[in-house]
Amino acid sequence: MGKSLYDKVFDKHAVRKLDSGQFQLLMGLHLIHEVTSPQAFAMLRDRKLQVPYPERTFATCDHIIPTKSQLRPFQDDLAEQMLVELERNCDHYGIRYLSPKKGEQGIVHVVGPELGLTQPGMTVCCGDSHTSTHGAFGAIAFGIGTTQVRDVLATQTLAMEKLKVRRIEVNGKLRPGVYAKDVVLYVINQLGVQGGVGFAYEFAGSTFDAFTMEERMTVCNMSIEGGARCGYVNPDATTYAYLKGREYSPKGAAWDKAVAYWDSMRSDDDAVYADVVKYKAEDIEPMVTWGITPAQSTAVNAKLPAPSAFPSGDRALIEEAYQYMGFAADAPVKGQKIDVAFIGSCTNGRFSDFEEVVKHLQASGKKVHPGVRALVVPGSQTVRQRMIEAGFDKVFTDAGFEFREAGCSMCLAMNPDKLVGRELCASSSNRNFKGRQGSPTGRTLLMSPVMVAAAAISGSVADAREVFAFSS
Amino acid sequence: MQDFKRTLITGKAISVDGNDIDTDRIIPARFLRCVTFDDLGSHSFEDDRKQLREAGKTHPFDDASRQKAKVLLVDRNFGCGSSREHAPQALMRWNAGITAVVGESFAEIFFGNCVALGMPCVTASRDDVQALKRAIAADPNTELTVDLVHGEASAGNVRVKVSMPEGARKQLTTGRWDSSAELLEGKDAVASTAKGLPYFAHWH
Ligand code: SF4
Repeated sequence: MGKSLYDKVFDKHAVRKLDSGQFQLLMGLHLIHEVTSPQAFAMLRDRKLQVPYPERTFATCDHIIPTKSQLRPFQDDLAEQMLVELERNCDHYGIRYLSPKKGEQGIVHVVGPELGLTQPGMTVCCGDSHTSTHGAFGAIAFGIGTTQVRDVLATQTLAMEKLKVRRIEVNGKLRPGVYAKDVVLYVINQLGVQGGVGFAYEFAGSTFDAFTMEERMTVCNMSIEGGARCGYVNPDATTYAYLKGREYSPKGAAWDKAVAYWDSMRSDDDAVYADVVKYKAEDIEPMVTWGITPAQSTAVNAKLPAPSAFPSGDRALIEEAYQYMGFAADAPVKGQKIDVAFIGSCTNGRFSDFEEVVKHLQASGKKVHPGVRALVVPGSQTVRQRMIEAGFDKVFTDAGFEFREAGCSMCLAMNPDKLVGRELCASSSNRNFKGRQGSPTGRTLLMSPVMVAAAAISGSVADAREVFAFSS
Repeated sequence: MQDFKRTLITGKAISVDGNDIDTDRIIPARFLRCVTFDDLGSHSFEDDRKQLREAGKTHPFDDASRQKAKVLLVDRNFGCGSSREHAPQALMRWNAGITAVVGESFAEIFFGNCVALGMPCVTASRDDVQALKRAIAADPNTELTVDLVHGEASAGNVRVKVSMPEGARKQLTTGRWDSSAELLEGKDAVASTAKGLPYFAHWH
């Protein structure tokens, strides 16, 4: 009986079974950032614990960093204090800090892969739920809480239960104007925000095979929005080509050894899964969320569903969503006037995300609608640098977008980039929770970067295929 | 010596209705700008509370008669979204401090965070959760008891079955939920597992 990648990686990293029945699981890569680590370090100091494997932890700052200017000290005292704390902790425990000064900083889920830190067959954890992103490389990667960050620092391990594995197959070719973001929004729409609880998601099928690493990261990133703590794609030639030559990738003879290990971790052809679901790529349309959970989404041209279309237990939440958003059933979300457009985040803040938007901006020559505040925020300083070298900064600013410094920015409300009042934001990020983007009454519509650009230009939710005259 | 065993938890109760309540709602992100958890308690559900106040309604966490509650009753997929441990840390620090949560289901990371803090999250069927809610609704002084040994929760004359994954239940009932000590004991085994991984020393 074959094994899945999840089972192989888990077994390879299981140190021993604990009395509770859980496993002590070794962590191959530990990433930390400024928000969820300071209390963990404080607990270490309280208990006089050491960090035995500091070379397996890497630190960056992303959530609180301002994206207008990164000059120190930050204007915001609290943000400054959090960064000083992180620097001090890294220094004290000998942890490699990816420093803004050296141009290494960025969102934790963007910089890890960029540096070649994330590799197939690894366990990866971070005090951040979107750690599932790293599963794109065929790693078992998941978010943890601060007390667990303490455990990993002190022991390089966690107490974990084994998950079941659901294989999600998408086959076929996506239609023009449909992106990785639409695929994952579609999957979450089908399986629900808690459909993945207790599962690891294995994304497979010809659609994912054809995806670039950045597209795979977009999908795995949002596994957690479907309730699955981790999601992964089996490593293949695309994975290896991406990793080759990166700072922390194996070199020389070690490379061949690595590829052999990575290949051996792939799911067996006869692997057994707790569940298998299949979708057709052709069925997927550009998606937009209309509610307050990432599953409350629809094809851009469709009318919003009536609460009565849902099981009775869900109706209260559907009604709450309509009330919060100020939307009504039976009307399309298309045409809703937006105030803000945000392209960035660990879901869609990578080079290829911006490249695709630039392509359409250049071809159409279109500009941001007056009255729309449009932000372009690279996911890392490296992404930003590459964008400048490619002239993207100019394309964006000429089109009326603000071109910012790297960080989480308007994905959440921990830095100066925030919605105001009930503003409606077309966003390439991953969460449309109430108040997520900084105003307790602010409203978020999740969509692909190209759809965000189309909304920015139209001043309202639009079908990017019409705005940019896609040929099909 | 402090007793870490979590077997029987009793206290006044409070209920927050709604499915898929995410951790951004339990503690909005702006309060995460801090280096200690100390001041989080009073900000639990802050934005939800404010919105209800403005609509002339009262959030349970603002209900004067519920301020002594120690057990929280919720619906489905409670604690989804962000991994922020600030969410259970805030609940633990709200007034008397929440010490147990009963609901239909919980998001995984939230559940794990709670266990790591010695706070059980037990599940019950939808009907049973509703029955408990009715039992505490009439009188805020009604005590709700969560019995982790027998897998039961009771309030007034309602008694229902509750469950939680066996590993976590054992950790809590035996007082071994503070995982660091146990994980540290595995030190040598950890080193040998690490040796078996080709990449662990950066491929050297
Ligand atoms: S971009 Fe958003 S989701 Fe990603 S790590 Fe930053 S805050 Fe979290």
